[in-house]
Formats: sequence, C-alpha cells, structure tokens
Amino acid sequence: MIAGTAVRPGAQILAVGGVRGSQRITNEQVAQAIDSSDEWIRSRTGITTRARAEPDVTVLDLAEGAARHAIEGSGLAPTQIDAVIFGSVTYFQQTPAAAPTLADRIGATGAAAFDLSAACAGYCYGIGLADALVRSGAATHVLVAGADKLSEFVDPADRTISFILGDGAGAAIVGPSSRPKIGRTIWGSDGAKAGFVGQNLGFREAFAAGIWPTLRQDGPTVYKWAVFTMAKIALEAITAAGLSPSEIEVFIPHQANLRIIEQQVKRIGLSSEVVVATDITETGNTSAASVPLATERLLRERPDLGGKLALQIGFGAGLAYAAQVIELPTPADV
Amino acid sequence: MALDKDNILQQLAEIIAEETGIRPEDITPTKSFADDLDIDSLSIMTIFTLAEDAFGVEIPDDAVKDLATVQDAVDLIANA
Repeated sequence: MIAGTAVRPGAQILAVGGVRGSQRITNEQVAQAIDSSDEWIRSRTGITTRARAEPDVTVLDLAEGAARHAIEGSGLAPTQIDAVIFGSVTYFQQTPAAAPTLADRIGATGAAAFDLSAACAGYCYGIGLADALVRSGAATHVLVAGADKLSEFVDPADRTISFILGDGAGAAIVGPSSRPKIGRTIWGSDGAKAGFVGQNLGFREAFAAGIWPTLRQDGPTVYKWAVFTMAKIALEAITAAGLSPSEIEVFIPHQANLRIIEQQVKRIGLSSEVVVATDITETGNTSAASVPLATERLLRERPDLGGKLALQIGFGAGLAYAAQVIELPTPADV
Repeated sequence: MALDKDNILQQLAEIIAEETGIRPEDITPTKSFADDLDIDSLSIMTIFTLAEDAFGVEIPDDAVKDLATVQDAVDLIANA
C-alpha cells in the first residue's frame, strides 16, 4: 500500500521580485522603421517606452536577478526552495532546460526544476502549478520565474507586435499557508487559434532559409479574444475563489496593451475603485514577465496593497490562458 | 426575423456612441470609420463584438476587418 501524502490547507505568494531591461526605448526610436509615430503607438497601445536589455544580458541573467529579489523578499534561504519553474519563450536552447541552471545559480541546490512554455500565460500557469505542488505536499517552497528577452524576437519593420515588446523577468516564491491565499486557477487553451500570435516561422524552416524567426500577430483578432473571452475566464476565476467582481481590489492582467486592460476592467465589471496595474506604459509587453513585473511595481509603489485581493490573468500565444485570485504578499506573511 | 436596416443603423449608432462618445446623429451611412469617425480597428472589433450580442448574430472577424463605412457595417449585420 502506498503511504498517503500530507495535504496542506493552502498556499500563498510570499514575495515577488523583478528585473527590467536597463534601456528605455522610446516610441520615436521604434516608430520610424514602421512608418509610425509616438502618437499612434500611444493611442493604440498606451506604451510610452519599452524596457530592453543590453545585448550581453541573457534571459537567464534577468531571471536570476528577479529570483534573487524574490528570495530576499521572502526571507527564506535559497536552499529552502525545493522546486523551480521557469516560464519563457526566449530561452533558445531545447536541452538542457533553463530551470536547473537557474536553480544552481540562485543556490536552490537539488530543487526539482523544469521549463514551462505558455508564453504570456507562463507565470500564471506557474502560480497554478506551484499552488498545487505546495498544497499536495510535493514541494514546500516553489520559485516561479517568468522571463523573456523579447528584443531577440523583434523585426523592427514589423507593424503587428514588435514595437510593443520589452525585456524583463519577474519571480514569485510560493509557500504553505494555513488558509488558501491563492484561488483555484482557471486555465486552458484554444489551439485552433494557434496561428494568430507567435513565431512567423519554426526554427527548422527559418534556419533552412538562413533567417532568424521573429514574432507576428493578428492584432484585432487577438484583441477580441483577450477582451471578451478573457473577461469570461476572469469571472470564472473570481467565482472559483468564492468572490464577486466588486470584491476584487487589485487587477493585474498580462501587460499586452493598455486598450485591452481598460476594456477588460469594463467587461469583467470590476469596481471603479479597483487598482489596475499599468506597468506596460513604461516596460512594454514582456510576455511571461509582465504579470510579476506589474505586481512588483505595484507592491513597490503601493506597499499598502499587501494583503489585498488581486485578480491576475495571463493570456497569449497558444492561445493559452490562466487566471487566479491571490492575496498579495505582505512582509507579515513571511 | 430579419432586421430592418434602419433599425440596425439606429442600434449600431447607439453602440458606437456608447463606446466612442461620438453623437449618434453623426453616425450616418456614408461615414468612413477610419477617416470620418476616427475609429480604429481595435474599437471596431469591440463594437462588432457588442453588436453580435445585441443583434444575436455571428460575424466572422475577417469580415469586420474589411469594413470601410457605416453602411458596410449595417449590410454585414443585416446579412449575417
């Protein structure tokens, strides 16, 4: 007979950390190649600058910085982390995975470690997994990192997505809690829409043609899905947490486009008092890093938000999505 | 029941007005979404998704992307 596993009553996010690319690229710097303007980019996306990393900074370097920041905030020793989840679409090596190297770099010796490919939903997928791992007893402290250096996937002449992309990494430490501080994750995918956002070519085809692939999207179609379908998913996540939209105090959606964020607030029916994360205006769209970076900024600028109920939702290429309600970390949680 | 095009225009104008702040009386059939009303492709997508619910029809995304004028939109909804 197999012995049972201890089941914990809940899990919580203990701390969040983040690192942005050190350069701030203005709209003027990207507008010329797409025959556009600062005004057009602002009105279409809300973006004023995007963070991009120096050429010699790797996506793993960004993730390491974010992870160290989160560990420091948690008050844990790195050796207490027993699982590392790395979400990214810009670690350009199939094997070995990035997560074991990240675990080694941060001193999470011997931790279970694996990569997760869910694009802009990667971090929220990771939080859902970490919540399940901690509650089931499979892990005690999980590091979830979302990191992307999207500048390496940019075609400067592309008008569909390249001009919004940025570089950064965010990380969270998930640990046990005496009550649930992470609501049930509502997640899923729609592979029938896989062609609407992603690489323009697979690596095999691109290399055969002697080129490096870059990203493309069908903006209006992805926008419609992001606003209307994701509003329904967000409402499911709120219901799964036993709450109503008016009880959500903070909204932290994937930072894809300010227009999407504003429409989501309206379609979900969030309160006019809700604090909405808008890190995109300065950082741009950093894919898997965007939700934790937006969280990191909110908690840095508004420490009073610790303990508040936040709805977070990641959505993007796949199409893949994940949403959950969390209680934002406070120093007292440690 | 097929919808009368005048009724479609009136309801569509209300949806557009609600979303954009443009006065309903300024939303006339010959107006171009992009050039006359300054409504971009993302706002058109929002308006048409709301119109799908309001009129109980399904409109393919690709058809919405090709729209030029308010009359094109009314015809698309009437024929959906």
